Amino acid sequence: MSAILSIKEMKKSFGSLDVLKGIDLEVKESETIVILGASGSGKSTMLRCINFLEMPTSGEIHLNDELVGTVRGKGENTNITYRESDLCSLRTKVGMVFQQFNLFPHMTVLENVMEGQVTVLKRKKIDASNRAKEQLGKVNLLDKIDQYPSHLSGGQQQRVAIARALAMDPKVMLFDEVTSALDPELVGEVLQTIRSLRDEGMTMLLVTHELGFAYHVADRILFLHEGQILEQGTPQDILFHSKQARTKEFLKGHAAFSLPNPETD
Amino acid sequence: MYEWDFSVIPMNADLLIMGLYGTIKVFVSAFVIGFPSGLILALMRLSRFKIISIPIGLFIDFLRSTPALILLFWFFFAFPIIIGLMIQAFLAATLTLAIVAAAFYAEIFRAGINSIERGQWESASALGMTRLELLRRVILPQAIKRMIPAFLERTIELLKTTPLMAAVAYSDLLFQAMDIAQKTFRPLEVLTVVAGIYFMMIYPTSLGVRKLERKLAKSGESTVH
Repeated sequence: MSAILSIKEMKKSFGSLDVLKGIDLEVKESETIVILGASGSGKSTMLRCINFLEMPTSGEIHLNDELVGTVRGKGENTNITYRESDLCSLRTKVGMVFQQFNLFPHMTVLENVMEGQVTVLKRKKIDASNRAKEQLGKVNLLDKIDQYPSHLSGGQQQRVAIARALAMDPKVMLFDEVTSALDPELVGEVLQTIRSLRDEGMTMLLVTHELGFAYHVADRILFLHEGQILEQGTPQDILFHSKQARTKEFLKGHAAFSLPNPETD
Repeated sequence: MYEWDFSVIPMNADLLIMGLYGTIKVFVSAFVIGFPSGLILALMRLSRFKIISIPIGLFIDFLRSTPALILLFWFFFAFPIIIGLMIQAFLAATLTLAIVAAAFYAEIFRAGINSIERGQWESASALGMTRLELLRRVILPQAIKRMIPAFLERTIELLKTTPLMAAVAYSDLLFQAMDIAQKTFRPLEVLTVVAGIYFMMIYPTSLGVRKLERKLAKSGESTVH
């Protein structure tokens, strides 16, 4: 199967700081990829470069075999420029959910989920509303559609944010530490939502610190270190049989205070 | 002991009403031009292109640090010399008040727009909105709500600047009042009444602003102090 999203030699620098030092990645349709790495390893920047919330310094992104951006010049001197319309059209196909939910506080839950459909996709209000209700039903929030975000729990807000992104019918979804700002009790409901998305065949890239979740949902895990993919493989490969010392060290740090198993200890 | 005689007021009521009309006319015109211009200036100052943002920033700062009276004289006396066209007092007054108000409104707009969290810009962008769409649908509706107290405050200031326009013989309330005072030798009565008229226009608005500020502060939506 061909790649739905392919990233070639993507680099990003902030001034003299090289955050991404050349990322190559082919994402297959319906694949769930979890990106692990210490803070500062570039994992959030990588996600944000994929939908151009950060402009990559160099590299190419292809979605469905189509290059994002417009090629200018000829022969050796070609470069890619990104017009606003290139980026907007990419972003409607690549949905993103953030750590801080970022719902629109001046709109109700229903309006939040309708907004992108009406403003960007130019859907009719009635169609947008139906689509929004369908998505909100899937995340079990139909009883909240007339509420404002400030009246919802963090977990509920994050599920609205997921519904808002999905209502745009994206081809790929990006999740940037979506459970990191939640009370531990509320993490589960959001992870459940993502897992059912995976079961429906959505193509997803997730940055997360939930190793257990990564183990259960990932088809492939990438371990990022200093702006490069240091190691990648199945959850088994990376979480239990890592070949890189840096990955092992990272996993050890995460496992230091896990609960013992009462059956065996 | 001075003997107050307010009978000059009803006798000259028609002139006072004309003056009041002049004040309201220049105030409303300046607001209608100045408010949207303020938004446009703010957006230009926030532009990603330095070639736009820097000169506009300087322009705004220049207007904010120049007395309105000097600008008024400039429009009224200097402008005609440059373009060789006499300019009416009303036009000079409206232009002066409008661009000064625009500069101040621009700063309020800018503060309000900047006060909206980065996450709002990002999540709207991530939905595929253009910069214009996200400003219109997401940023400005939230920002304007936060800016209402500052806007009202500034609009009251605008109304209070209008008497300056009497300096170029624009027939506003103060100009008419001075005229009546000179004719009747009753400046105390006339000015007292005129002060009272301004007070009655502005004080209820001020009270309203204070009430609104308290309400917004309670719901945690006001960030402009």
